[in-house]
Amino acid sequence: MLRSKALLIDITKCIGCHECQRACAETNHLSGEPSSELSATHYTALQSFNDETVFVRRLCMHCNQPTCVSACLVGAFTKTDTGAVLYDESKCIGCRYCMQACPFEVPRYEWGSLVPKIQKCRMCHERVAAGQQTACAEACVIGATVFGDRDDLVKEARKRIDENPGQYVDYIYGLNEAGGTSVLFLSAIPFEKLGFPMNVPKEPIPDLSWRVLSQVPKYAVAAGVVLFGINWITARRTEVARFEAEQRRRESVPQLEGSGK
Amino acid sequence: MIIKGFERYMKLTFWKAVAIVLMALGLIAAIQRFSSGLGATTNLKDTFPWGIWIGFDILVGVGLAAGGFTIAATVYIFGLERFRPILRPTILTAFLGYLLVIAGLMVDLGRPWAIWHAIIMWNPHSVMFEVAWCVMLYTTVLALEFSPVVLEHFKLRRLLKVIKAVTVPLVIAGVILSTLHQSSLGSLFLIIPGRMHPLWYSNIIPFLFIISCVAAGLAMTIVESYFPSRAFGRELELPLLSELARVIVVVLALYFTVRIQDLMSRDALQYVFQPTYQSVMFLVEIILGVVLPFFLLLSTRIRQSRTGLFYSAALVLLGFVAHRMNTAITSMEHWPQRVYIPSVQEVCVTLGLVAFGFSAFAFVARYFPVFGEEPHAVHEATVTEPVETLAPATTE
Repeated sequence: MLRSKALLIDITKCIGCHECQRACAETNHLSGEPSSELSATHYTALQSFNDETVFVRRLCMHCNQPTCVSACLVGAFTKTDTGAVLYDESKCIGCRYCMQACPFEVPRYEWGSLVPKIQKCRMCHERVAAGQQTACAEACVIGATVFGDRDDLVKEARKRIDENPGQYVDYIYGLNEAGGTSVLFLSAIPFEKLGFPMNVPKEPIPDLSWRVLSQVPKYAVAAGVVLFGINWITARRTEVARFEAEQRRRESVPQLEGSGK
Repeated sequence: MIIKGFERYMKLTFWKAVAIVLMALGLIAAIQRFSSGLGATTNLKDTFPWGIWIGFDILVGVGLAAGGFTIAATVYIFGLERFRPILRPTILTAFLGYLLVIAGLMVDLGRPWAIWHAIIMWNPHSVMFEVAWCVMLYTTVLALEFSPVVLEHFKLRRLLKVIKAVTVPLVIAGVILSTLHQSSLGSLFLIIPGRMHPLWYSNIIPFLFIISCVAAGLAMTIVESYFPSRAFGRELELPLLSELARVIVVVLALYFTVRIQDLMSRDALQYVFQPTYQSVMFLVEIILGVVLPFFLLLSTRIRQSRTGLFYSAALVLLGFVAHRMNTAITSMEHWPQRVYIPSVQEVCVTLGLVAFGFSAFAFVARYFPVFGEEPHAVHEATVTEPVETLAPATTE
């Protein structure tokens, strides 16, 4: 089995040349010029901060325990053993719960299409499975985006922070977000100032709904037993009442005949 | 007599005309949606993938159907036979509600033709999976629960006997499925902790959804009893509805306590007092939709007046609609980056579905024994009793 792959994106190194975006568009046959927003035709976006001196890539984070995988009712999303999170349009029914559920708001929709699909970064799954690196990492000649085994990249990120005191904030974004992601970021500026959602839970998000979902069978059985029990009691009570009424009627018949008229 | 009939005729025509216009507009909007796609006809976008078709048509539609399981359980499980006269109209509401939810879903889904995938492609880790199965199974249960009305009308005695024999298990399945469905619609939002406003995100949303739907389901029963009594000149079962109103009072009190306690435990009560769009919506939801009807219905005089009951129940519905819409929409809005205002087509489809619901209810109530003179006979009579006596409840 392949070791889980990842991307390490060092924001301090990025010069905003957009080569990653062009390579991404070419590899995935997407139309359109590089954009600062993700869309159905832009799997990666580049946003600039601090008067165009700091550039931040946006792309699918490829979570270790992806929310989209757990959210999709028909299982259209899968986490592959290369680390990529992939979408299968042949299963999708178009409920868009994945878009709602994603803590990083990554999945994009083909709103204009009559047969709409979800679109997002595929971490160049075919290339990676064939032993190559992702198109964006290959295109990044200055090494702001590097591709490798996730374990190695985490070590590398830690090393860069430790060996360059003051150059980075002491935080690897993606190390623990949503239980860990396959895209890791390093930055010199606090992440919250670069539009990164900082309130993403540090635990795997699917647990939030599984805690409730796992109780469903227990609830169904318990509720069934209780309801049948109550019904049995009330039905029995009605039966007894009817029987008693019948008896009273029988007893009172002669009396009525005697006293009446 | 003639004048009275004429008046009624006129009244019906006006509402009929409104309904026809709304349904026509809804149909046009739906056709547009299927010919030009979601993007061109809705204000949904990547940052706001769910709008009023989910927030209202589905979340509210399912909630208003909750009377179905409460009244069915009251009559069949708890044996409170005196509520039987309102059983059928409530089941009918629930059944129509679910059919409309499915209709709304078909418009909202990007690939509605693939909806059957839910039957064979399973992901038990998805709340949406639970939702889908609850919709499928509970709609079936509701159809069976309502079927005696149709079977009686067409005098299909043998089938009627079969349904009668399985009524109790059906009702129990209905209660389980319905409560699971209500709660799972709330659980859908558990997975979105980051984006929702703290006034609505809570890990007890599923529980809140169950409590609130009980009040709303009962309020819906009161509200819809008001219309047939006007449209068909039938007396609504006032003492029964007053009793329902008392239950609503208790449920509202429970709901209010749980809701406020939840806010306090999450330290989110502070957001109520900040002057934001969200806090206004929250106050509308709680003050107008929970506190006000609670105090109104505390009064015996209001509980025993038709109009009083109607307007108080309407407020309960308002509060309920506000809670579900706020959960699905308001809580995700962030001025000015993330705002959602439904498009004309979204509103038209929604209104069209509501109009269709009312029309279908009126139609079924008119031609089938829903408010039947002898609903008791069907269930309580011995099996040998001839079905011919169960005259369909046609109005003069």
